[in-house]
Amino acid sequence: MSWQRKILRVDLSKGSAEIEPLNMEWAQQFLGERGLATKYLMESMDPKTDAMDPGNILIFATGPLTGTMSSTSGRYAVVTKGPLTNAIACSNSGGKFGAELKFAGYDLLIVQGRSPQPVYLHIDNDNVEILPADELWGTTVWHTEEWLKSRHQNPLLKVASIGVAGENGVRFACIVNDLHRAAGRSGVGAVMGSKNLKAVAVHGSVGVRVDDPQRFMQAVKDTKALLWDNAGRRELTELGTNAMIDAMQEFGGLPTRNFQEVQFDGYDKIDPNAMTTPNEHGHTNLITNKACFGCTIACGRIAHIDQEHFTIVNRKEYWHASGGLEYETAYAFGPVVGVDDIDALTFAGYLMNEHGMDPISFGVTLAAAMELYEMGVISDKDTDGVALNFGNAEALTVMAEKTGKFEGFGQILGLGSKRLCEKYGHPELFMGVKGQEFAGYDSRALQGMGLGYATSNRGACHLKHDTFAEDMEDQTGKGKAVPCKESQDRTAVVDSTGLCLFTTAAWGVEEFQQQIDAACEGDWSVERLAATGERIWNLERQFNLAAGLSKDDDTLPKRLLEVPAPSGTAKGKVNQLDMMLPEYYEARGWTADGVPTKETLQRLDLS
Amino acid sequence: MQKALLINPEKCTSCLQCELACSFEHEGVFNPAKSRIKVFEFEHGRRAIPYTCTQCDEAWCLHACPVEAITISPNTGAKEVNDNTCVGCKVCTIACPFGTVNYNADSGKVAKCDLCGGDPQCAEACPTGAITYVDANWTGYERMLESAVRAHPAA
Repeated sequence: MSWQRKILRVDLSKGSAEIEPLNMEWAQQFLGERGLATKYLMESMDPKTDAMDPGNILIFATGPLTGTMSSTSGRYAVVTKGPLTNAIACSNSGGKFGAELKFAGYDLLIVQGRSPQPVYLHIDNDNVEILPADELWGTTVWHTEEWLKSRHQNPLLKVASIGVAGENGVRFACIVNDLHRAAGRSGVGAVMGSKNLKAVAVHGSVGVRVDDPQRFMQAVKDTKALLWDNAGRRELTELGTNAMIDAMQEFGGLPTRNFQEVQFDGYDKIDPNAMTTPNEHGHTNLITNKACFGCTIACGRIAHIDQEHFTIVNRKEYWHASGGLEYETAYAFGPVVGVDDIDALTFAGYLMNEHGMDPISFGVTLAAAMELYEMGVISDKDTDGVALNFGNAEALTVMAEKTGKFEGFGQILGLGSKRLCEKYGHPELFMGVKGQEFAGYDSRALQGMGLGYATSNRGACHLKHDTFAEDMEDQTGKGKAVPCKESQDRTAVVDSTGLCLFTTAAWGVEEFQQQIDAACEGDWSVERLAATGERIWNLERQFNLAAGLSKDDDTLPKRLLEVPAPSGTAKGKVNQLDMMLPEYYEARGWTADGVPTKETLQRLDLS
Repeated sequence: MQKALLINPEKCTSCLQCELACSFEHEGVFNPAKSRIKVFEFEHGRRAIPYTCTQCDEAWCLHACPVEAITISPNTGAKEVNDNTCVGCKVCTIACPFGTVNYNADSGKVAKCDLCGGDPQCAEACPTGAITYVDANWTGYERMLESAVRAHPAA
């Protein structure tokens, strides 16, 4: 139990939807969500297949604890080959859609092929329909959700959909569910668009059962109490993730103006304090906090934009509340593009959710375009007459909308930073790894973060490892390899449970183990979970190697390896990846070329 | 002392722990579709309001039932549905002015809040205190206290 033991396989080329039993042997090896979907991906496609080809597979995966009473049980992952990276993509989302998919009776929804016409999927427990989406194609995520609820006369329907960006293959298009939660990174929305799939609408009433209810409820009670009493949890609830902006400013790890600097003067105009301070019109940005399904943290922010602000003064349709700034959106619309106008940042966030795009990749791509503009490589002729100077708030919101609607220079921005920089002859200005843009941490100040970025299987990512403590303590490359490897494996387990990574503020593997072991069949020990995490990481690596990636892709831009940090606690330092990477490969049991050895694969039952 | 559920929407984050707890207590399964308490969200989550039966003194559902399947618990005052008596006629679902009695097509019976026999699991599960179980005669106590402090800030 806890697994539904059922998957839904939809072939859009054939127009078929079939229910299959879950491969329980794989579930016992890979747990669920990220891990299990990776196994299904590996078994269902050739990793060399182009990400936008009908042969790519798009998997929506819940975990064994998704939909249970465990805190933060709303998570699901989208696993596919990413068009931004040509590597495995694994994007995790909250909201309520994932739990609903589980309540409808499915562990995984696997979408393959390509529909000849735009369609959406309507799932009501075992009743699955592939329906025409002609009326929805070309419309926004927000419109799509409203339309589907109305068309099916079901306000309880949960929807995951793409906007025009995803329809047109914007390389960092995401899949948005519940209006403002997203499987955000690596362009999973573009894959959905390439399949002519506009939306998945689901209602479920089967529910979820666990193996040992009494033991499970005790574990839930204990772990919820531990989480509630944790100071990190309290900060997430009260300040949201954006509390990080003050910490990174002080530390000198806040990437600014396309990583030319590591501190940003305007940080205090967009931090949590600014979000709760009335402006000159008496308008306060933040309204309240909000939880995803089952979550007792509630880090989400609900905000609104000053109606007198230039972005929406004549656009009443944006006068409502919606998802507000989190750290990564604040960073990607703030320091990295040099903008400190909180209403402009909030509006750009609205646009990302409405049109279905990843704020991190968009912001960092715009930052590269701004640097090219200031260098004179591109001009007003390229940018539809918009002055792309760092700090131009109007440029931020205008370009966000153009990219979302796939218009003008927005089509170029939609390539992502790597392809954009290559197009204009300056590949060195791309700030990311494997084609995916960096999150809001400069790896000259945070050395282990750099190693995590370089080795993350989905390209630059701050959520696949956790070496914050080590990075704060010591700003050299020493002692980072093993904690990076171990936290990557731990994170792979958390991402495979159906719960949120933010619980790790209070929970170690033991707390996940108590809940998994009570909910799932089989004996799940701490050791077994650790091995499962390492197995998942190595399987992802195998996918990438088979897709054609190599050691050469485990690297960082020269700006971080050769140009010293200009200020902050790491002033004068560069990232010491050359020291960390060999140690890391060794800790992983990989060859010096970054390939898992036979022994390693055998140890992990992957050979 | 008779107690009542007190709902404070200002504190609700829309996490649905209450719906999970309710369905688990009554159906043995985590299934918000079978919850007797529902959380409603407005304007992209700007407001969230948990809503369930208020246990009317003169309960419309109880009076409407033709087979006397709805009775008053002597312990909690809750209006409880006896599944063995209920014939699934749904007249109570029409009679209830608040919509808090609903038909369950799987069981062929109606379902409503029964205060979990005096230990409501929704209140137990709520992390923020948006749902509490308090003295039925003093559901306004906390708000009265807050108003008093507001009216006399020096106190």
